[in-house]
Amino acid sequence: MGKVGIIGIGQSAFVRSYPGSIRELVFESFREAMKDARISGTDIGATVVCSAPEYDKQRSPAGVIAEYLGLNPQPTFYAETLCSSGSTGLRLAYSLVASGLHDVVMVIGFQIMSQLTSAESQERMGRGADIQWESPFGTMMPAYYAMHARAHMAKFGTTMEDLALIRVKAGTYGPLNPNAVYRKPVTLEQFQDPGSFLGGLVAGPLRAGDCCANADGSSCVIVASEDKARAFSKKPVWIKGIGAATAPVNMAGRDRLTGLAASVEAAGQAYKMAGITPADVDVAEVHDCFTIAELMAYEDLGFAKPGEGKDLIRSKETYREGSIPVNVDGGLLSKGHPVGATGGSQIRTVVLQLRGEAGEIQVKDPAFGLIHNVGGVGLYGNVTILGVD
Amino acid sequence: MAKNELDSRFAQFGTVSFASVTQVNDFIGYLEEGKLMGTRCKTCGKSFFPPRAHCYQCLAGDMEWFEIAGKGELVSYSTLQYAPAGFTEEVPYTIALVDYGEYKVFGRIDNSVSEAELSVGAKMKAQISRTPNGRLTYAFMKA
Repeated sequence: MGKVGIIGIGQSAFVRSYPGSIRELVFESFREAMKDARISGTDIGATVVCSAPEYDKQRSPAGVIAEYLGLNPQPTFYAETLCSSGSTGLRLAYSLVASGLHDVVMVIGFQIMSQLTSAESQERMGRGADIQWESPFGTMMPAYYAMHARAHMAKFGTTMEDLALIRVKAGTYGPLNPNAVYRKPVTLEQFQDPGSFLGGLVAGPLRAGDCCANADGSSCVIVASEDKARAFSKKPVWIKGIGAATAPVNMAGRDRLTGLAASVEAAGQAYKMAGITPADVDVAEVHDCFTIAELMAYEDLGFAKPGEGKDLIRSKETYREGSIPVNVDGGLLSKGHPVGATGGSQIRTVVLQLRGEAGEIQVKDPAFGLIHNVGGVGLYGNVTILGVD
Repeated sequence: MAKNELDSRFAQFGTVSFASVTQVNDFIGYLEEGKLMGTRCKTCGKSFFPPRAHCYQCLAGDMEWFEIAGKGELVSYSTLQYAPAGFTEEVPYTIALVDYGEYKVFGRIDNSVSEAELSVGAKMKAQISRTPNGRLTYAFMKA
């Protein structure tokens, strides 16, 4: 079986409110990826379209998008795993190419969240939990992750300041990312003021600054067989490892709230397939929907032992100059989190890093990059490892 | 109940109900009697909370009900200052996970318990109660 590579990447700016429709938003990342890959529409064998449902009224968006992008009569379909939809799309594209069914497959991720109020948006996300047994209590993502933060703090002595340091890191790189929705730096002092915007509690112990923002955005990743990748691209980046797992939707089914078991399982699969260990990862994009999510990712991915994630952020090892740069594009915390588009944006950043095209946030000579993309409260976990060889 | 009517008692559960037609609607009947119940597979003995109509372990569908009684340990909790649509009038409220050993239960902390009284590991017990809008639910008290 030949290798599978990524030959094109694109994303739109992530913005509070996109002045257009979904198909127009998708076109922006499609155009960037197509120009990056230097292919035409007839080269694309199939398209996987990914987003979280019920944020807009278009049922079955895949067909509408295929038409707008000039991709009839090629096949297309919709794939969804909440916030990890984009990397699930990559897993499907990988499978379609690896099986030999198609040579080139495009993955589109999108989300327009601005048509809903904040409360409606939280209601949709609360229904990403078990609607029969948990949603009736008024659950929402910040509150579930807040429970994880409290459990982690009680077991390991992680502090609210440790969580704030993660947002400070995100605020270091947000200003360097023209596609990020939040471009301002963040200071610890802003967190310490409960009356300030960032310091106010949302769901204890998480404050507004611990939470990523909703945004509108799209992303596009073009995957190709080894032959096509070498023919089309000067610098293909290869998919070396790809893992996926689930955990019970119900909190009542979880063994512990100090980490995400789906991430651990998916990471194990990806490392094994790539033949590497956590120490071999040169740059990573992790799913920092909340500060605690990034901290748990350090541990779940094996960058730190359980409970020692706080040491990595305290010592700045996850900054660009550190031993394991994480989210040096600002992460979800600064970029914003247009749910379906996030996975593709993470993949794009790692591809740019591996090609040496990351500009100001370039990590020195990375050989392996890792993308950790989680759906819901670790309901779905995808870990992907990309490499230059 | 008339033959052609669907059993939708589950519509009475929680502040807002998103599901009404299930095969475990006796859960609601038991809440009305003041009891929080799970189900257990009669064939292989596996217990479930939340209660289920099917056992995936042995593929049988012969379940019996058992009562969630006694004390559990507070695994974690969080007090919401903002709420999703439909729950905004109840803010602040606290969601929690309690571990009974053989199973865990997710729910609300009773409004009578202040956050200052809570800590990870605290002993809790479940109690049937009504939501502010008069619907059926359960909540945890300190044990």
